[in-house]
Amino acid sequence: MPFKRYVEIGRVALVNYGKDYGKLVVIVDVIDQNRALVDAPDMVRGQMNFKRLTLTDITIDIPRVPKKKTLIEAMEKADVKTKWENSSWGRKLIVQKRRASLNDFDRFKLMLAKIKRAGVVRQELAKLKKENSS
Amino acid sequence: MAAKRKTPVKTRNPDLIRGVGKYSRSKMYHKRGLWAIKAKNGGVFPRHDPMPKAPAADDKPPKFYPAEDVKKPLLNKRKPKPTKLRASITPGTVLILLAGRFMGKRVVFLKQLTSGLLLVTGPFKINGVPLRRVNQSYVIATSTKVDISGVNVEKFDDKYFAKEVQKKKKKSEGEFFEAEKEDKKKLPEGKKEDQKAVDATLIKSIEGVPELKAYLAARFSLKSGMKPHELAF
Repeated sequence: MPFKRYVEIGRVALVNYGKDYGKLVVIVDVIDQNRALVDAPDMVRGQMNFKRLTLTDITIDIPRVPKKKTLIEAMEKADVKTKWENSSWGRKLIVQKRRASLNDFDRFKLMLAKIKRAGVVRQELAKLKKENSS
Repeated sequence: MAAKRKTPVKTRNPDLIRGVGKYSRSKMYHKRGLWAIKAKNGGVFPRHDPMPKAPAADDKPPKFYPAEDVKKPLLNKRKPKPTKLRASITPGTVLILLAGRFMGKRVVFLKQLTSGLLLVTGPFKINGVPLRRVNQSYVIATSTKVDISGVNVEKFDDKYFAKEVQKKKKKSEGEFFEAEKEDKKKLPEGKKEDQKAVDATLIKSIEGVPELKAYLAARFSLKSGMKPHELAF
């Protein structure tokens, strides 16, 4: 099985460990076998070990080590944010964050809603079963 | 002893830094008006004769000396500070009780009493918790708030919740062996009225929020997979 996502300049990655956990960053240069120079619009450009990054499918078109302004323009042009938020991985993360931030009252309302939905589903199922058996 | 003033005197000599006043001795003499007092009294500072001392009682040697010297405990002038209320607890917050008879119930916080305990109510009609005092440490504060503006809780304080003092009845021998027949303590009507008064406006504001009434009626419990240190309340 060949690799599909390569470390390259312009590859967007997700930070999975450390102070910037959960952020999307762009690889702007490779330092050595283990580390990359990484940059994001809201972060100071710095080095990160590849082990702290998970590569995504998104790439953008930038020269090696671009200026912050160029980086931001390139990210806007490639529309990284919407692409990420529409991808199934990005959507899953958004749902996880929302679930973690639920209030005690929110969790209660969620429970009521789940019960209600299950009731409706069960009614439909019963109806279909009845139609089928008769 | 000279008569004590009702308010302590404010010094007319502000500190430049600790230990150094702004004005010198001669300036302070002038500021305090000692020259005027002297002038009024003919060039001499007024002197009062000492008050006649009360006749000292005869100090008789004590009848009893302990065998060894008894040590006196050191003086303790410590005054406990008023309990600090957590920033997350404001009037109208929904709290989760963690211990006691109403463990797990979600109740509405009304105010903090002078003893530091929190005054809390169910409301009674919704979940059976009456006006009650609760310790801050046995409570989780949620971020849900109820509108409490129409409720008057001025009259409740720690004395309201004090236990009624039982009059001790002297029992004769025969009565000792009879079954202890204590009347069940009935709740005085006044307290029931207070509960109804507080809850009336509270219930109206609760019913204004959808599903809040059912939320307060349900108990909180940890289910499988819930990690309290990761939950947001």
